[in-house]
Amino acid sequence: MATRAPERAAPPRRPGGKRRLNARHWRHAVDVKASPYAYVAPFFLLFCAFGLFPIGYTLWVSLHEWTLLKDEHTFVGLENFRVLLTDSYFWNATYNTLSIGVLSMVPQLLLALWLAHLLNRPLRAQNFFRITLLLPNVTSVVAVVVIFSQIFGRDFGLINWVITSFGFEGVAWRDGTLSSHLAISTMIMWRWTGYNALILLAAMQAVPRELYEAATIDGASSSTQLRKITVPMIRPTIAFVVITSTIGSMQIFAEPLLFGAYTLTGGQDRQYQTLSLFFYENYMRLDFGFSSAISWMIFIFILIIAGINFLLTNRMKGSVR
Amino acid sequence: MSHPPRRRAARLLVPLIAASLLAACGGGENTPAPGATGSAPAPAAAEPVKLTVALFSDFHYGPLYEEFKKTHPNVEITERRAQFNDHHNNLVTQVATGAGAADIVAVEGGFIATFREVADKFHNLNDFGLQSRQAEYLDWKWQLGLSKDGSQLIGLGTDVGGLAMCYRPDLFKAAGLPSNRDEVGALWPTWEQYVETGKKFVAAGGKAAFTDGPGEHFRAMVEQAPVGFYDTSDKVVVGSNPDVRKAWDVSVSMIQNKLSGKLVAFTPEWTTGIAKGTFATMVCPAWKTGVIKDQKPGEGTWDIAAVPGGGGNQGGTHLLAPKQGKHPKEAAELINFLTSKESQLTLWKDASALPSLPGLYTDPAVADFVNPYFGDAPIGKIFTDAAKALKPQYTGPKSGDVNVAMGNGLGRIELQGQDPEESWKQAVSDSEKIK
Repeated sequence: MATRAPERAAPPRRPGGKRRLNARHWRHAVDVKASPYAYVAPFFLLFCAFGLFPIGYTLWVSLHEWTLLKDEHTFVGLENFRVLLTDSYFWNATYNTLSIGVLSMVPQLLLALWLAHLLNRPLRAQNFFRITLLLPNVTSVVAVVVIFSQIFGRDFGLINWVITSFGFEGVAWRDGTLSSHLAISTMIMWRWTGYNALILLAAMQAVPRELYEAATIDGASSSTQLRKITVPMIRPTIAFVVITSTIGSMQIFAEPLLFGAYTLTGGQDRQYQTLSLFFYENYMRLDFGFSSAISWMIFIFILIIAGINFLLTNRMKGSVR
Repeated sequence: MSHPPRRRAARLLVPLIAASLLAACGGGENTPAPGATGSAPAPAAAEPVKLTVALFSDFHYGPLYEEFKKTHPNVEITERRAQFNDHHNNLVTQVATGAGAADIVAVEGGFIATFREVADKFHNLNDFGLQSRQAEYLDWKWQLGLSKDGSQLIGLGTDVGGLAMCYRPDLFKAAGLPSNRDEVGALWPTWEQYVETGKKFVAAGGKAAFTDGPGEHFRAMVEQAPVGFYDTSDKVVVGSNPDVRKAWDVSVSMIQNKLSGKLVAFTPEWTTGIAKGTFATMVCPAWKTGVIKDQKPGEGTWDIAAVPGGGGNQGGTHLLAPKQGKHPKEAAELINFLTSKESQLTLWKDASALPSLPGLYTDPAVADFVNPYFGDAPIGKIFTDAAKALKPQYTGPKSGDVNVAMGNGLGRIELQGQDPEESWKQAVSDSEKIK
């Protein structure tokens, strides 16, 4: 469109000066309209090559019987998805993912909110506390899981040592469904609570101080202020933290893999096999068609969650204003 | 099945880093001297050839390359290494995409079946006369290097991982059992007798369990049978093979008689248990002696006896030449050289790699070798006896995955309390689903 317009606007009888002006006008228009796209183009070109194309290609692969080492790939339509949706191990992995997600997210967010609230007041050595919050997050996930696997050990673990010293029987953390979910959730909480607290803290600092001052004069306690002022004011940020944590929990992988000493099934009974681990198990069998179908189901789950989040945040924005 | 070799690779990582510096010092460019050494098989004026060798740890090949170059002055060898799993996954991708593979690649026992399925992607070493080596090899090791129909030779074996039973003499003595390794080995010619010994051990009422967990025992029993998880047409026969069922039943009786410490290999409880003595026996491929030593249980704490059922193997590597390689003749010659009798003896001495050529098993360097850390156990003899006694068995493409499914089934019985019959049904159906 933009290239055709100047031709029409420049009839041959017009004097040269005007034409130059028109040309300049045209360049300016192109500059204003097109340049922003040119500036963002590198990212989008890379995104298309390494983001969009693989997503599309994965869909294509998922419609085939596709083993990496075999040269012919038979088109099977939605067969992989049919097998997947009737596979009880897939739903088991979905359940585990949700269970670990909820078990880690709810306490994590409450704790993050509380920590942020504590830090949202004049303190000595503020930066020190903030950096401390972020430290678990910059620790390598492998290191975290190795240490926690020791702590949750059945025979020589710290927690069982405490439990047994009170005269109770130790817990075989790895073997039970709930116990293994709790152990894995603890590792996730350890890494992400501080990070989320920092995001919430940033939002809290944007809340006008006068509200707190007024509340203090009216005699509202600190916890009342948290409930009645802070939380309503930072709702959009809370929604953001919830959505990123939820998407993160769909991708839990390293924790269950390392907790199970590298077993791809996530325990003998698949009691802590998450969706990502289920995907990896099939990928390692070089069954690319089926694995692609799994990745697409994970993608669809994430889309659903993002959709719910979109609706919720829209409603919240409405209620705050 | 995938975790032991991975750990093994991790164990080799430290010497790997150290030795990679040494290996990098190889490859000085010798100008070919025409007609100077008449004995060289390669024509002296031959074109310069560059060969790459891809390995998953330090195989101690450095000095052997130098030796090879004496007869092949035109060949330049570069070695590259990757971590165990990365190495094999890379190779799958390279073979699938037809680019990037080295001229010679190492493939470990857990992965060899995957590549035998696509034998046409590798040079047939028979074309270079290497079928002449067959008589030297352990039969089962040789067969692992053949294509599925046996018509092509895609790889020659390097080392093997003979199987034994590691045990703690102190705990045996405390339970009133013999503790000398020959007497201990005599307690269990069969797996049923191993279970009987375990019952006596448990009856003596010590705190330790008789063994770590049933998974590795089950695997060893299956591998000793004439037919394992697959028949020769690559059909999973777990449900119909009586030998698999027998191995399962013996493993279940180990659980039911409380012989097992309910431990899964390589979990923290298991590794700590090695030093703390929470269990008294474990199935022991040659490389597991290194794992034991790493836990520092103390010299002589663990000893090594023969494995029940006669023989066994876990791990061991083949060298293959992917078809992408441009110099198949030189690659085949190098493979032939690296797996030769002389080279394998050198590698046993330098890197404790157990030879796959039974002709070497009577060599004093192997037969008389003792390991002081394991009470002067003659590990050369114990492990090679096991390797020699093993009968060839057809290994299907996904044997490792089937083994995991079956091992999980045993785990469910002892850790989650599942009914053995139910667990069997689930394990069989899981195995049959593996394509």
